[in-house]
Amino acid sequence: MTLIHEPKIEACLRDILQTVSDPEIPVLSVLDLGVIREAIEEDGVVKIKVTPTYSGCPAMDVIADDLKAAFSKVGKIVEVDLVLSPAWSTDWISEEGLKKMEAYGIARPLSETKDKDALLGNEKLVKCPQCGSTNTQLVSQFGSTACKALFKCDDCQEPFDYFKCLK
Amino acid sequence: MEKTALFNYILGIADNNLILGQGLGELCGHGPNLETDIALTNIALDLFGQTRSYYQYAAKLSAIHKTEDDVAYLRKEREYKNVLLVEQPNTHFGYVIARQYLFDVFNYLFVEKLQHSKDETLSAIAKKAIKEVSYHKRFSGDWVKRLGDGTEESNQKMQEAIDGLWQYTNELFEMTEADEIALKAGIGVNLSELKEAYYKEVSEVLKEATLTIPENPYFQKGGKQGIHTEHMGYILADLQYMQRTYPNMTW
Repeated sequence: MTLIHEPKIEACLRDILQTVSDPEIPVLSVLDLGVIREAIEEDGVVKIKVTPTYSGCPAMDVIADDLKAAFSKVGKIVEVDLVLSPAWSTDWISEEGLKKMEAYGIARPLSETKDKDALLGNEKLVKCPQCGSTNTQLVSQFGSTACKALFKCDDCQEPFDYFKCLK
Repeated sequence: MEKTALFNYILGIADNNLILGQGLGELCGHGPNLETDIALTNIALDLFGQTRSYYQYAAKLSAIHKTEDDVAYLRKEREYKNVLLVEQPNTHFGYVIARQYLFDVFNYLFVEKLQHSKDETLSAIAKKAIKEVSYHKRFSGDWVKRLGDGTEESNQKMQEAIDGLWQYTNELFEMTEADEIALKAGIGVNLSELKEAYYKEVSEVLKEATLTIPENPYFQKGGKQGIHTEHMGYILADLQYMQRTYPNMTW
């Protein structure tokens, strides 16, 4: 991760941001996911810059509404701005977020090259979040949402989502 | 760059995504199996997401169309600038895949260049889009190979699809007036420069798929000037129904 991508988030706003979750993966907060690029308070208004994981991510509108609702509880007005650049990357998901994701049953993204090998079916690299086996196979490149692919574990036979690497 | 020209340039990009996305959206719940059904609608969602970004930008430049929805829903057929390829109707799965692949290869080459646009918004949209489009191309390319190099029937259907759609490929590289202006301003992409790489890449995949590369002496065009095929009217009837029936309705 490079410093350029470090989001500018005021410490006093973190607690509230931590309570806003991704509607598709409710165990992840918007901070864990790395979609909040800036959060500052100016003249009594909280200004937040959010970046989408995918262009058409339907969770974005919900996240914007949830941010407004969360801050309105403490009497703060929020302005949400959508920013596209720099484009979101799975590298921005925090380590804590990755752990929560795995515990929730979604396999964490592999590195870019390994991700390609796994999605092309060249190598068995994706770890089953249920039993930990890497004896898994790709069922579909597109899973329940645009950011995930569908896998199946050949050991415990459970299907599961894999969070695709995006860089 | 002057506002109207930039507006037209953006529509030339975004209308392709909108119309193709609409076609793919029609297949929601009708895919040959669950995985491909989800894949096609996921691709549609990416295309709509990109289109929204383009249209939001376009709406800022227009005196008539105030919002992204106005741009999407409130134009007449002649005002849509998409290529003929993307408005071809859904028939069988092989045809849908062929249409997708022939567009994806172009779209990838296009957004790759658009990333370097001097226009910050277009460059940002392209940088986001390229990650998604590379995934689309991988999906459709894999299926072209599977169906082409599959059974006798799948090979034959895939060949027919490619033969039928090939006539629409050349239009992708046609430079409109807006393209020329945008190119001069350092904002646009030189489409004619993409042509060689496009046909090279597509030919290699078709070969691997044991398909024959068509040799068309004649190519169709007109979409970029708003002269569409008969299929466009049906797409717009569906797409615009709510806004035409209940003007200004919102969710």
